[in-house]
Amino acid sequence: MMPDFLDRILGRTPTKKSGSMAKERLQFVLVHDRINLPPERLEAMKQEILAVISKYVSIDSENVDINLQNRERSSLLVAEIPFLKTLEGIEQDDEDDDAPPRTKADSTK
Amino acid sequence: MSVGGKVITVTSGKGGVGKTTTTSNLSVALARNNQKVVMIDADIGLRNLDIVMGLENRIVFDLVDIVEGRCKPRQAMIRHKLFPELYLIPAAQTRDKTAVSPADMIQLTDMLRDDFDYIMIDSPAGIERGFRNAVAPADEVLIVTNPEVSAVRDADRVIGLLETENKAPGRLILNRVNPEMVRRGEMLSPDDVTDLLAIQLIGIVPEDENVVPSSNSGIPVTLNENSRAGLAYRNIARRLMGEKVPFMQLSESAGLFKRLTRLFSGK
Repeated sequence: MMPDFLDRILGRTPTKKSGSMAKERLQFVLVHDRINLPPERLEAMKQEILAVISKYVSIDSENVDINLQNRERSSLLVAEIPFLKTLEGIEQDDEDDDAPPRTKADSTK
Repeated sequence: MSVGGKVITVTSGKGGVGKTTTTSNLSVALARNNQKVVMIDADIGLRNLDIVMGLENRIVFDLVDIVEGRCKPRQAMIRHKLFPELYLIPAAQTRDKTAVSPADMIQLTDMLRDDFDYIMIDSPAGIERGFRNAVAPADEVLIVTNPEVSAVRDADRVIGLLETENKAPGRLILNRVNPEMVRRGEMLSPDDVTDLLAIQLIGIVPEDENVVPSSNSGIPVTLNENSRAGLAYRNIARRLMGEKVPFMQLSESAGLFKRLTRLFSGK
């Protein structure tokens, strides 16, 4: 904790040991190897999935998280796709509050 | 599993991780425990188990001669000088892997099961025909890897292939571990590797300067009582025979250092 903090205020990035780099890199590559889906193809698949869902509901695309995970030796696709809070009815209300209908505005002038 | 002896295949995917060293040492360690053992070098065209075992001058027939009916299995077997119940069937040197099929290997090992406790197959590197030949008759597969990214990745591929062939998951031998580098965080630890590959570990073999001189002289390192790698192989052989042997403490070599630091810190 403390050394990390010191590193941060001194603007140093803590040096990562090559052993843990090896592990992280392997975790990434093995999950793609196991299902024979390279990262670019996974990216294309994600975009396609999101496009399909967007046809039906509005997605909070900033906070989408779709990734591959390993559980023992099986691989799975884990997706967290939050929807936008602005459901259609509420959207209408918001408009009423914040931007009064033009007719009203016109009448005040 | 068929009756009689057990067929154990040593494989790895990547070359140079220590398959032949492992096969020779486990075979010798099993023979020392009074088991009847026959080794088969399945690396056709790149024969190596003979020279590592110090048996290179005694080859008359080879695996392809047996498969093509030019000799009986017994005629191709070379008996080890020190262990009368340890034999080698050498690979052919001038042919390629297509000279043998997975069915040939199953047929041959089924004949050998009656006379031996263990049939140890040294697989070639790669995942093609030679690998399939070596794995086809296996009751148990041992996957050898090193704590290096390339070797671990290839081991994972081999484990995946065994899964698709409905073979038992296999057990892992982590070879050439440098305990000092693991301690410094500059090498994948045995825990890291088992986390990544998610298969059972059967042995950790430390890097050991006795290994190269042993193959230089054709005397497997497991016969060297002072070698830590030799001890690791003897332990794996006992585990293969069903004994529960605790894993060696990798930090033992750092024992003196620990004692000194304890002395100076007054603990």
